[in-house]
Amino acid sequence: MKDMRAKKIQDIARKLLKEKKVDIVIGFEKGTLPSSATPCFIRNPDQTDRLIWNSFCGNNLANYLPKRKDKIGIVAKGCDSRSIVVLIQEKQIKREQLYIIGVPCEGMINKNNAPHDYCLICEHKNPVIYDVLVGEKVKESKKKDKYKEVEKFEKKSASDKWKYLESELSKCIRCNACRNACPTCYCKECFIDQEKPRWVGTTNNLSDIIFFHLGRIFHQAGRCTDCGACVRACPMNIDFRQFTQKITKDAKTLFDYETGLDIDIKPPFTTFKEDDKQDFIK
Amino acid sequence: MNKVNNWQPKIIAFLCNWCSYAGADLAGISRLQYPPNVRVIRVPCSGRMNPLYIIKALQHGVDGVLVSGCHPGDCHYITGNYHARRKFAIINSLLQYVGIEPGRIHFSWVSASEGGKFAEVIRTVTEDVKKLGPAKKLVKEI
Repeated sequence: MKDMRAKKIQDIARKLLKEKKVDIVIGFEKGTLPSSATPCFIRNPDQTDRLIWNSFCGNNLANYLPKRKDKIGIVAKGCDSRSIVVLIQEKQIKREQLYIIGVPCEGMINKNNAPHDYCLICEHKNPVIYDVLVGEKVKESKKKDKYKEVEKFEKKSASDKWKYLESELSKCIRCNACRNACPTCYCKECFIDQEKPRWVGTTNNLSDIIFFHLGRIFHQAGRCTDCGACVRACPMNIDFRQFTQKITKDAKTLFDYETGLDIDIKPPFTTFKEDDKQDFIK
Repeated sequence: MNKVNNWQPKIIAFLCNWCSYAGADLAGISRLQYPPNVRVIRVPCSGRMNPLYIIKALQHGVDGVLVSGCHPGDCHYITGNYHARRKFAIINSLLQYVGIEPGRIHFSWVSASEGGKFAEVIRTVTEDVKKLGPAKKLVKEI
């Protein structure tokens, strides 16, 4: 069944490239290690048989889209498609440039053959936007305990919360992999690279590290699709989702906004309602 | 020991130019008494507030932050404070979530005619921050 899907993706990609409907197809090829898949970029129709599809295709390919000028065919599962919607909403890529090869996803697995945490609570396994769908749509269900970890954390005392934040972030080596892997961290100049004003010091001072991560997480409000790209990219296994999930939960509870479902809906920070919640303001 | 007893909080207040700053001015000309712990930074509009300013202020070692702007609907730039309100809601809940005490960060709407309210806000903010003691989290030691 899985091979069938790979075959279909290859056929579609070959056809697209031959007919010059797209300049490049972004998909997955076999990784250099066993149990891995790596993103690949194909321009030549003869090379399309490199494309594969299996349960290791976890990377979010939307990361390669911002600011591209050419026509792109892209293989997208549920979370990729939602990130693509965010990028279209925020005018980082035009819908006309894209030919989206949607692939319903049954959840991806990590190197130890266990499903990713974020795949277990995924509510959008089918691509929300696509031009062609490969394979049958899978059944989706609402997950009641989606924010279980967040709710547990919310109940802790302020000092316990801070201790956890410090213990997690003190692992950080400032490699910026989380930012680079994130499809919605597309700024040409990130606030941590800015010199005027210099927001964040360049050393591994814990206060600066926390500032960087709080800033990055804040910027993800209304953008994070919980695709897990930052967690996969982190070499120190920092648990970012404990914090990014809070942001998605807040966007949902405060603004009734769920990321990346419709390109015509405005992102939460570009709009407002007169009766937005304001009980925290005196 | 004496040093601890004499501790006074440092509070940064980001006030919007059109309402809260004028409100603070009115409190001044009306000779209303309020604690002198607050340092005012004037911003063009509460919508100008980059929420990272709040974190940055804490990093620089202030004990409390107050952000104040025009009442919803009264913004000089029509919708600045509506947009600001959404950002504040998210940053406020994020900071509480990671363990910054709720009493450190305050938001208020103070109009140009509310000198009394401004003095009252400063009083409650100062009291809240005093109860929490000096801020230690996030402070960058140099």
